[in-house]
Amino acid sequence: MNKLLAQEIYYFMVLGRNFEYAAKENYMQGNVSGFLHLDIGQEAFSVAAMKAFEKGDIFATYREHVMAMARGIEPKAVMAELFGKAEGVSGGKGGSMHLFEPSRFFYGGDAIVGGQIPNAVGCAYARKLQGAEDGVMVIFGDGASNGGAFFESLNIAATHKLPLLFLCENNEYAIGTNIKRSAPFREQAKKAEPYMMTLSVDGMKAEAVYETIKEAQKLIEDGHGPIFVEAFTCRFEGHSVSDANSYRSTQEMSHCKAKDPLVHFKKELLERWMCSDKELQEIEQKAQTAVDEAVAFAKNATEPNVAALFEHVFVEEV
Amino acid sequence: MLYREALNKALDEVMAIDDTVVTLGEDVGLYGGSFRVTEGLVEKYGEERVIDTPIAELSIVGNAVGMAIGGLRPVAEIMTGNFSLLAFDQIINHMAKLHYMSNGKVILPMVVRFPQGVSKQLAAQHSESYEQMLCSVPGLRVLSVCDVNYAYHALKYAILSNDPFVFIEHELLYNKKGEVNFEEQLDPFKARIVKEGEDITIISYLKMVDDVMQSVPAIESALNCSCEVIDLCSLNPIDYETLAASIKKTSRLVMVEEDHKTGGFGSQVVAWAAEEMFYELDAAPLRLAGADVSIPYNRTLELASIPTPDSIAQEIIAWGRKNDV
Ligand SMILES: Cc1ncc(C[n+]2csc(CCOP(=O)(O)OP(=O)(O)O)c2C)c(N)n1
Ligand SMILES: [Mg+2]
Repeated sequence: MNKLLAQEIYYFMVLGRNFEYAAKENYMQGNVSGFLHLDIGQEAFSVAAMKAFEKGDIFATYREHVMAMARGIEPKAVMAELFGKAEGVSGGKGGSMHLFEPSRFFYGGDAIVGGQIPNAVGCAYARKLQGAEDGVMVIFGDGASNGGAFFESLNIAATHKLPLLFLCENNEYAIGTNIKRSAPFREQAKKAEPYMMTLSVDGMKAEAVYETIKEAQKLIEDGHGPIFVEAFTCRFEGHSVSDANSYRSTQEMSHCKAKDPLVHFKKELLERWMCSDKELQEIEQKAQTAVDEAVAFAKNATEPNVAALFEHVFVEEV
Repeated sequence: MLYREALNKALDEVMAIDDTVVTLGEDVGLYGGSFRVTEGLVEKYGEERVIDTPIAELSIVGNAVGMAIGGLRPVAEIMTGNFSLLAFDQIINHMAKLHYMSNGKVILPMVVRFPQGVSKQLAAQHSESYEQMLCSVPGLRVLSVCDVNYAYHALKYAILSNDPFVFIEHELLYNKKGEVNFEEQLDPFKARIVKEGEDITIISYLKMVDDVMQSVPAIESALNCSCEVIDLCSLNPIDYETLAASIKKTSRLVMVEEDHKTGGFGSQVVAWAAEEMFYELDAAPLRLAGADVSIPYNRTLELASIPTPDSIAQEIIAWGRKNDV
């Protein structure tokens, strides 16, 4: 990582945090509806993973706004989607949980827990068959690693030595259930060990996430087959905006918030990359402007035409 | 009492009298259930009978089948109808078939409950309805719950029955208020006449019953007629007797459902009417159902994809005028 990249990562982390707060505010005001899963607290993980895995295909979950933006999808198009507008990245049909942009190799936004993992395996198979340079990265939670789709995918990906990065975001919770109550151990990488090489990383530290994903990517490029990376993170909010987060004590929350990835990475920038306060302020300002513009854009964007209801059921008319 | 409270009370009472009853599902224990149906139960009956499971729907139902074989009466909760699809193999190949395949030797006293349907902007993977698939599987009892009183009695019945039940709730009904008559001996397989009338029989189930009821005043005043509204309650078996008596009286049939129209559950009711009630009918039946599209996120599109009180009234009035109601 160099200074320029560190600054770019910081920009997307601040953008992500401010975007999520703006999304929440607009949810409270009734401009955004449905399920809204915020990524606050996990920005280092989401941004650094995307920046490290720059090119290949991405399969993500419903908690994907920050990843989508770090992947190059415009904040305006993401916010407009949350507002259900025609200019949204999914035309207002998907909403917060279903952001799709194949031109950025970003395939959702899947809201069936674990459902995207077999899709990523299939895509990795295609890439291998095509002799493509870039592999596939699939992001899922600790909760998803208890499901059948996950175990089947480990087996198939390893059997075919597929170019697939399994990226587990272990925030220790599936809605209100702690991973220690739904699995015999906290570390989900243990499940992958018999099948593939595993790496684990502190997901609250952007530089560490970046380096680990780069390392995994290199191993995949060298033909090692699939690699499993586990990042330990902590979400600062409830599971979604409608979850009161009552199952975590104040003590647990303050322990969690003490690991704020923005605070940590800002310190890195100041100390390790010798950024000036002014430089960082400019970045923060730029990020806030992007969020303000995204909200203004979403507010002024157009409602989809009712005829859109019947569009895109199929590719071909019969 | 609220709909969710009626369900909670039913579970609670049955768990209190029968310690073979257990309930399992995602976040049913410490969290109290995503729709608070299982609230307070883990405190009363402990984590061994109120079981928090991993996110593994196939196992939730598969384990429930095994628990039933092992002598328990499991009540499995699936968070949302769409996630029940992951358990369909267990529901259809196991839960529905073991009794028949074993020539009656294996008995599965179990319930799988889940809410389904369009809520508010939850988009395509959280809004669909699956009764049409489940009702075409022999060996499953399928109940649908609109009414609070029915919720209480039917759930108790289902848990204590020796047959496997699929118990369908609706996302938007959990906070619905209603009275429960605790003394009543309710037959869960009997359709509920929500409102009596003379001229049109409107059949529905789940949340659409309430939407139909909202549309009725406009229909009755526009057509100067009276509507009979029936909540099917049980979807398998269907209470054809109650339907037949109503159609004989009104000579007109409207079927309203939220699900996609093609292959939707209402097609069974209308097909039955075409076969059995043809000479009783004064007009071709009308079917109102959801559009044949996945449910979109945008609110306007979402509402355009399903019947609403307004659209139900409009369509029935137009049909009534054409058919001299
Ligand atoms: C198949 C399925 N079952 C249940 C749900 C409901 N649900 C949505 S998110 C979630 C928790 C997922 O936890 P995890 O995989 O750890 O991801 P996180 O939300 O922590 O990022 C659950 C149970 C779902 N969406 N899909
Ligand atoms: Mg989690």
